[in-house]
Amino acid sequence: MKLHIKNGRVIDPANGVDAAQDLFIVDGKIAAVGAAPQGFTADRSIDASGLVVAPGLVDLSARLREPGYEYKATLESELQAAMQGGVTTLVCPPDTDPVLDEPGLVEMLKHRARMLDQANVHPLGALTVGLKGKALTEMAELTEAGCIGFAQAEEPVLDTVVLLRAMQYAKTFGYTVWLRPQDAHIGRGGVAHSGPLASRLGLSGVPVMSETIALHTIFELMRATGARVHLCRISSAAGLELIRAAKKEGLDVSCDVGVHHLHMTDADIGFFDSNARLTPPLRAQRDRDAIRAAVLDGTVDAVCSDHTPVDDDEKLLPFGEASPGATGLELLLSLTLKWAEDQPDAAKALPLAISRITRDAARIAGLPAGTLGVGAAADVVLFDPNARWKVDGKTLASQGKHTPFLGYELAGQVKATIVRGRVAYQR
Amino acid sequence: MPILQNNPQLNKNGELQHLLTIEGLKKSHIDHILDTASSFVGISDREVKKVPLMRGKSVFNLFFENSTRTRTTFEIASKRLSADVINLNIQASSTTKGESLLDTIDNLAAMHADMFVVRHSQSGAPYMIAQHLNRTRSDVHVVNAGDGRHAHPTQGLLDMYTIRHYKKDFTNLRVAIVGDILHSRVARSDIHALTTLGVPEVRAIGPHTLLPGGLEQMGVRTFTNMDEGLKDVDVIIMLRLQNERMSGALLPSAQEYFKSYGLTPERLALAKPDAIVMHPGPMNRGVEIDSAVADGAQAVILPQVTFGIAVRMAVMSILAGTHA
Repeated sequence: MKLHIKNGRVIDPANGVDAAQDLFIVDGKIAAVGAAPQGFTADRSIDASGLVVAPGLVDLSARLREPGYEYKATLESELQAAMQGGVTTLVCPPDTDPVLDEPGLVEMLKHRARMLDQANVHPLGALTVGLKGKALTEMAELTEAGCIGFAQAEEPVLDTVVLLRAMQYAKTFGYTVWLRPQDAHIGRGGVAHSGPLASRLGLSGVPVMSETIALHTIFELMRATGARVHLCRISSAAGLELIRAAKKEGLDVSCDVGVHHLHMTDADIGFFDSNARLTPPLRAQRDRDAIRAAVLDGTVDAVCSDHTPVDDDEKLLPFGEASPGATGLELLLSLTLKWAEDQPDAAKALPLAISRITRDAARIAGLPAGTLGVGAAADVVLFDPNARWKVDGKTLASQGKHTPFLGYELAGQVKATIVRGRVAYQR
Repeated sequence: MPILQNNPQLNKNGELQHLLTIEGLKKSHIDHILDTASSFVGISDREVKKVPLMRGKSVFNLFFENSTRTRTTFEIASKRLSADVINLNIQASSTTKGESLLDTIDNLAAMHADMFVVRHSQSGAPYMIAQHLNRTRSDVHVVNAGDGRHAHPTQGLLDMYTIRHYKKDFTNLRVAIVGDILHSRVARSDIHALTTLGVPEVRAIGPHTLLPGGLEQMGVRTFTNMDEGLKDVDVIIMLRLQNERMSGALLPSAQEYFKSYGLTPERLALAKPDAIVMHPGPMNRGVEIDSAVADGAQAVILPQVTFGIAVRMAVMSILAGTHA
């Protein structure tokens, strides 16, 4: 199969490309950018006039809900959502039911995903058995089964000794530990950012120090063990300040933020809108502004969708009882582009924005994705940066219909998604 | 990037469709309720304690959280307005599905309910019900009878009625709210009502463990020293300290709490000589308030209960007269 994508604007941050160029794909791999390789005759060509041609997106956190929560979402629905969102590679956290703490479960998930032949699915294994924070999982076996790192998802490790041992063990084999910094006690049961808004609405709070106390602990353990850590879903200005200092110190650390936190604050809870119930909670404006600045200066390495499909029964509840989470795979591109659009130099920010959801995310995950380099797997997204679409539960492919962005008009519409040289989605 | 949401308790003309919170109400809304209430106060002294304003209307008391006192006052208020009252005690566990909550509402609305009086342990639960009704049955009204820590607007209004009755003018008052502000929906409703009515100084008094952050943004001065906080105040609103907060990580003991924050005659003497003492009830004598104060000349705790009926009658009759 030979595919010719012509007349598009190729933005490939991994190779420093931002130019009107043609893309040539042969047998599932990028064959050339610019001039056609010798003897190339296309089986199919796509006219990308007015479109951006970029590497398929790499999403560092997408819950597919399998196994165990098929009533919330299935691999079929969520991988279709990934295609409509231009996401060709995704990392899924281990908080399924059962938890991804056994190689067989990981192999089954990988197998199911391969059968569907859409986005590349890369699970994170559980760091501790059952995410209970007591016993280490068989990390080497899980890695062999396809895990690319180890995480605790939303379960903080209560016993610091276990976390220390887990990091020592991971360091032994060079595995990355993925942690969302949250104190096990402070903020437990909280549903909104601790601040004037939560006080006014009478909602129990999650203070910023839940994040910063955990970061201090993690950094001390990193200094002791030398383990590599990826920090997930940073939510506060103070947290980012600590990460900035840790990076300067030379710790082997990276971090991501959820795309919702680039735009929204706790004020978006409005009149107890349970769609704005997220974990970590939406924080204050100064936190949101700090996150936006940190994406620009590189303190934040990657932006992820934090895709968490939640069904109606779990959202149509009073705010404090509603399940946290929002659908995100189909919004990641548009919301990241919106960040770029809001920058003073929007033209310069666009390639950077794409970098944060392709190449930078792939680097963190240690995957050969997020690039249009010759010889790389031909995972490509074509999108119209100017076409606007309205966020509507009915048109989302994801089984998760809840997002605080319902009703918003967003720019950036995916026109085609190509996985390993195959046009998997086109509109 | 906020999308402005419509305030669910007002209709498109800015009139009260539901009463969910005092926050965001105009002074004119509150004045109207208090004025209406004063026209109802005399009814309770008449031989026939009824007016026909809500004859033929059905009021459903939906109590997802136990409360005999508040439910009873709403029941009496409804009956004095000649409405039919149906009491439903629904013990909501946290695992109860929201669908069934809204199903319950749909079912009761289908029985031609005209008004729901809702108490729920979760902040914001009456909003969910009101927003659902705004979409499905815009002729049905909701009164929040207390939701989580968020609001208890009719208590706030009856407190305002009491203050107005004794003090006439709000714009020269110092009001102190004492106790567990952190968990108190009454405190929040009082604060919004007082600042809306132009009270120049609202104080909150309590230990740091019971004072939520962000009170300053609500226009409140905070005090941790009871004696300093009570100095020269006109009104003292004491809050009930729940049993489960009396010992643990928030407070060491009821005795120590009383020592630091109990309202004694000596402490009351720090306030203005004509200061009034209020309490939403039920009182813990010897924990937050000394019996000598609770039964003393400055206490207006029982008049609060009486005014509460008139205020709830006012709220219900005003809502019943509003159309979406």
